[in-house]
Amino acid sequence: MATRLPGTDVVIVGLGAAGGVAALPLAEAGVSVVGLEAGSRLTRKDFAPDELRNNLRAWPFVVQKTQREIPTARPNRSSTATQTAVHPMMNGVGGTTLHYWAQSWRLNPWDFKVVSETRRRYGASRIPEGSTVEDWPFGYEELEPYYDRVEHEIGVSGQAGNINGEIDRRGNPFEGPRKREYPMEPLRWTGFIERMADTAQGLGWDPFPGPAAVNTRTYQDRSACMYHGFCNRGGCHVDAKNSTAVTTIPRAEATGNLKVVPHAHVITIDADRDGRVSGVTYLQGGEEFFQPAKFVLVASYTYENVRLLLRSASRAYPIGLSNNHAQVGRHYLSHHQGASVSALFPFDLKAWYGLPAQGVAVDNWADDNFDHTDLDFVGGGNLWVYSDRRPIGAAAMNTFGRAPTWGSAWKAFIAENADRSNTSYIQKTTLPYESNYLDLDPVVTDPLGHPVIRITAEYKENELTVAEFMQDKMEQWYREAGAVEIIRSGLGRTMGVTTHAYGGTRMGDNPETNVVNRFGISHEVPNLAVVGASVMGTSGAHNPTLTAQALSWRTAEHIVDHWSSLAE
Amino acid sequence: MAEDLKPRRITRRDLLRSAGAAGAAAAVGVPGLPAAAEVSPAIAAEQTTRSDALAREAYEHLTADEAELLEAIADHLIPADEHGPGAVDVRAVRYIDRALGGALSDSLDAYRTGLAAFDRYCRSSRGESFMELSPTDRISALIDVETGAATGAGAGFVGSSAGFFGMVRGHVLQGTFGDPYYGGNANFAGWDLIGYPGVRTAVTENDQRRLEADELPPYRRSAYDWGEFEKASVSAARKGHRHGD
Repeated sequence: MATRLPGTDVVIVGLGAAGGVAALPLAEAGVSVVGLEAGSRLTRKDFAPDELRNNLRAWPFVVQKTQREIPTARPNRSSTATQTAVHPMMNGVGGTTLHYWAQSWRLNPWDFKVVSETRRRYGASRIPEGSTVEDWPFGYEELEPYYDRVEHEIGVSGQAGNINGEIDRRGNPFEGPRKREYPMEPLRWTGFIERMADTAQGLGWDPFPGPAAVNTRTYQDRSACMYHGFCNRGGCHVDAKNSTAVTTIPRAEATGNLKVVPHAHVITIDADRDGRVSGVTYLQGGEEFFQPAKFVLVASYTYENVRLLLRSASRAYPIGLSNNHAQVGRHYLSHHQGASVSALFPFDLKAWYGLPAQGVAVDNWADDNFDHTDLDFVGGGNLWVYSDRRPIGAAAMNTFGRAPTWGSAWKAFIAENADRSNTSYIQKTTLPYESNYLDLDPVVTDPLGHPVIRITAEYKENELTVAEFMQDKMEQWYREAGAVEIIRSGLGRTMGVTTHAYGGTRMGDNPETNVVNRFGISHEVPNLAVVGASVMGTSGAHNPTLTAQALSWRTAEHIVDHWSSLAE
Repeated sequence: MAEDLKPRRITRRDLLRSAGAAGAAAAVGVPGLPAAAEVSPAIAAEQTTRSDALAREAYEHLTADEAELLEAIADHLIPADEHGPGAVDVRAVRYIDRALGGALSDSLDAYRTGLAAFDRYCRSSRGESFMELSPTDRISALIDVETGAATGAGAGFVGSSAGFFGMVRGHVLQGTFGDPYYGGNANFAGWDLIGYPGVRTAVTENDQRRLEADELPPYRRSAYDWGEFEKASVSAARKGHRHGD
């Protein structure tokens, strides 16, 4: 029998990118919040510059909840789902923002209106058959104030490209209008990044530095970035990476209204017969606790958001919480970031230091930034060249067919070329489809016996066409910059477990096709909200975190503003 | 554990004298492999001396025979040559042996069965143990394992032999190019080979400029030489560690 704890106003399930942000506006408004987090608290001393531990072993060394519930994946219904070895997300106060790359992009205005804009420019038939894509329930303008707020609350460095409609060529000329500059200058460039930017300019493209939740000067009393090269899957040893663990969460705690409960493994969200949720049940140290709450905010990663809802069936919600319209798990998509392009240059790139958020982007081929009239697809991709190299990874480099993979000839090859390659993964428009979805795996369970998520999803014709189109552009860019060898990886098929997972609890006005409303509140459960990329219906061509955080702030603010009607 | 003390110098010297992969591979026609690289007498002498010390140090998790075979394989993957010491000399096999009791303990069975299968494969396909094979046959046997051609030959590889090869190569790279804290990359030789300028906790704009001008001297420290970081233990990533539930 679960121990019943004293009640709280709001319980947040998961203190990562989204939940960690939502906690602040709630706590600042005087709402009492309990934040349940499956992982531990980690601090600077845990963030050693150690490639073996960070990149090749399961960092950090506590066994992670995510690693015991890795989803299975299959391309379609007729194949068998298999489980991969690693879950890319981590548990911890701050969640994956502790070790993420910290790229903090806004979506472009087109991403909010894919359906109507595509119809307007190219006709309804351009939307791929079987796609369940919808326009967002609001436009970019609605989210702009929240983007702005989060950029300043956590600290984002970057170069504005459009301030109130005025284009600044140093930034992204295709971005939606922002009301002011980024709070910090962009991360510096290396000689190689400069070279790539110059090359792009020569091609008539518009290169610009990418935005990052990384300090480039002292910000809120935290240090500037040290560029030491261990940011990828590493925490920051000087707190220059603006994870929620060093930004919004401590500020929410300082109000006295947020209680952080680490090592809390939430197993169900509990609903009354009248359809309201009463709180959540969690395990901690082998003991079961019930945390009563007036309002429940589900803020885990996409897979766990869906799993928690599907596992929390009750009389009022017999096939899963907030699932009486059978939409939980639908409209799933994972950002197509595969189909990478690798290049070998005849000179050292001097890329041993720096971070993957430090680089040059080109958006000329993203979204609808170019005319698709004579093309046969929707969307595009963001080209991104960045700095990220460590010794074991460098030694394991592709030999581009110029050497075997071992022996003296290999050794001679890496002695010359370990610092001469660059790989660009490319983030591309990915649409939701009727046949791509998440559900509970009928066979595979976690150690508690609870089914893991099963991904049934594959990239369709549109995504593969975009991938090939973008590889052409990337190859052109590398070759123009002097690359002597190019390798293009496969176009992709199965959507495996990923760091960019969207949908499953999609946001929209129509309850027949969406789980949460335009504010992130469940269409069915009056005192339940969901935050995170699981509410996003389109991916755009950019990293999801900042958008998930802006949406999360907006949902929290809505809960505060409508507290009496939602929670009481 | 007495067999762990058995000297392995003869094998090592033998391998060095054969100059490993290059000449032999050329003989079996591996594309892209240049002619044999001569090991300078100075390098060879230094290697032999270091090998003497290594040979006296007992292995902890591999048997003497397993270690001998793994050293021989590692010596082919990253041989000592004019580009510097090889995997064995930088203690990559020692790194693997130590990690097999901790972070890599899940791989111990794969090493046991894989090394035994490799030995059987050499005997059944070429009539002798790997150690006794000619340099040419050693290379070709390794290529069979790398490409998966040794799979299903009755040798007993679990899954594809390529999986075993990939695991060994991956761990040899870790032991050669990883932080010396974990017992490999002795004298930072792995980092010297690829020109890695070293672990630092800060890289200023001026440091980057000097790096690009080839004026930044390499820094040779382990991450844990800085006192500020919690030290990872070799066994810390072992499975079965309890969590909140």
